[in-house]
Formats: sequence, C-alpha cells, structure tokens
Amino acid sequence: MNGLQIPMEQVLALAGILFSCGLLGLMLRRNIIFMLMSLEVMLNAAALAFVAAGAKWSQADGQIIFLLILTVAAAEVAVGLGLVLQIQRRFKTLDMDQARRLRG
Amino acid sequence: MMEMLFYLAALVALLATVLALTRANAAHALIYLIVSLLAVAVLFFLMGAPFAAALEIVIYAGAIMVLFVFVIMMLNVGEEGVAREREWLGGRNWIVPGILSALLLLELLLALRHAPAATSGTAVAPKAIGLTLFGPYVLAVEIASMLLLSGLVGAYHLGRRFIVRRERKR
Repeated sequence: MNGLQIPMEQVLALAGILFSCGLLGLMLRRNIIFMLMSLEVMLNAAALAFVAAGAKWSQADGQIIFLLILTVAAAEVAVGLGLVLQIQRRFKTLDMDQARRLRG
Repeated sequence: MMEMLFYLAALVALLATVLALTRANAAHALIYLIVSLLAVAVLFFLMGAPFAAALEIVIYAGAIMVLFVFVIMMLNVGEEGVAREREWLGGRNWIVPGILSALLLLELLLALRHAPAATSGTAVAPKAIGLTLFGPYVLAVEIASMLLLSGLVGAYHLGRRFIVRRERKR
C-alpha cells in the first residue's frame, strides 16, 4: 500500500501537540514512573516528526532516525526503571521531591 | 476516505496521551499509553512507513511497555498510592506547567503556519531502509549498539543490588 498525502503542517502540529503534552506531564507529575512515561511520549512525538519528514521526501533517512530514537528510548527506560527500583528501596516512596540528596 | 482514517488515528493518539498523563493509577495510564503508541503506529503506516509502524508496535508497545508493566507490578503501589497521586494531581500544580507548555506549543504552531507541503504518498520499503542503514549510516548503527550495551550494563548494575537485598531478606 502506498502512503497518503497529508498536509505537512498538520502532521507537525500533531507532533508538537503530543510533545507539549509530554512536557506538561513531565513538569506536572511528581511520581517518577509518570515522568518516565512523559519522556516516552516526548521521544515518540519527535519520532513522528522524523517519520513525517522522511515521508515528505520519500527517503529512508526519517525511518532510520526513528530506529535510533527507538534505541535511545529503550536504553533510557532500562536505566530509568533500574533507578526507580533503587529509589523505591531507599526512600520507600516514588516522590521525586523526596529524592533530593545525591548520596542516599 | 483514507484521509479520515489518518485524522481518526490522530484523534485517538491525542486523547489517549492526555488520558495517560492525567491518570492517578499507573497501570491504567500504561494501558492508555499503549493505545496511544498503537495509534501512532497507524499514523506511520498511513504515511507510508510500514517498517517504522511494525517497529513501533513490536519494540515500543511490546518491549518497552512490558518493562513498565513489570516494574509497576514489582512496586505494587496499592490504594493509598493512588489516593496520594490523585492529591498531587489536583489544584494549583497545573498552572505554571500548563502556561509554559501552552506558550511553547503556540510558538511552535505559529512557526509551522507557513509550511505548504504534503507527504509524498509513496511508501518507503524496508529494503531501502536496510540498504541505507548499513550503507551511509553504519557508524550510527555502531553507536546505537554501544548505547544499548551501556544501557544493559547500567541496568544490570542498578538492578543487581535490588535483587541481592531481596534474596537476603528471605
């Protein structure tokens, strides 16, 4: 199946709205799990913009950058969730305002 | 007709993202986030990027979200955790982040106003992606593998002490 011809500014506006939703969530929430989820939303919005740009010029580069964003997201989530487990064990809470000291 | 599918999937993605980031229960938020990722995969497919759509489902909605599910199940926050989360969500906490992100979004939309172009309508096959990935982008593949290795080592180091302590307690 071939792609659709979607106006570029609508796709980019969707990506921008998704990104600012993620930014809002990152600043609003205090639970570290929700902060990680907001980061995922922001990375996903950036990937949407890249894939849309790749579709505009019908080149493979957009999807390759999407692959690299996927790699970054996977590595970030693995380390972040390990940190979540450590924070829960040391501070007995997921509140990021409690985890202020660098050395626990 | 097919364009309607695009706007429908975009609507689903937006609604699911907003719902995911405003839930008090982490498990519910995760399910909404998975719905949002699936909707974005539909967008990728409709824009002519079937390989990216498949990867979005397999890796994002499959692997990464399953990691979140495991951690949420291990933490077992419970009812009081949900009630505390609901208390953090309410009231005046919304004002400053809302204003800041709305301003940034407004600037972005104003900057995007004059972009009179459309996506090309020709799909990019996985073969072209593979050829480009292992041709001009082979250094990026190496860097991505180093990044994944360092992520693996970091996650092992951070999770190891957690596992040891739990076993000693038994």
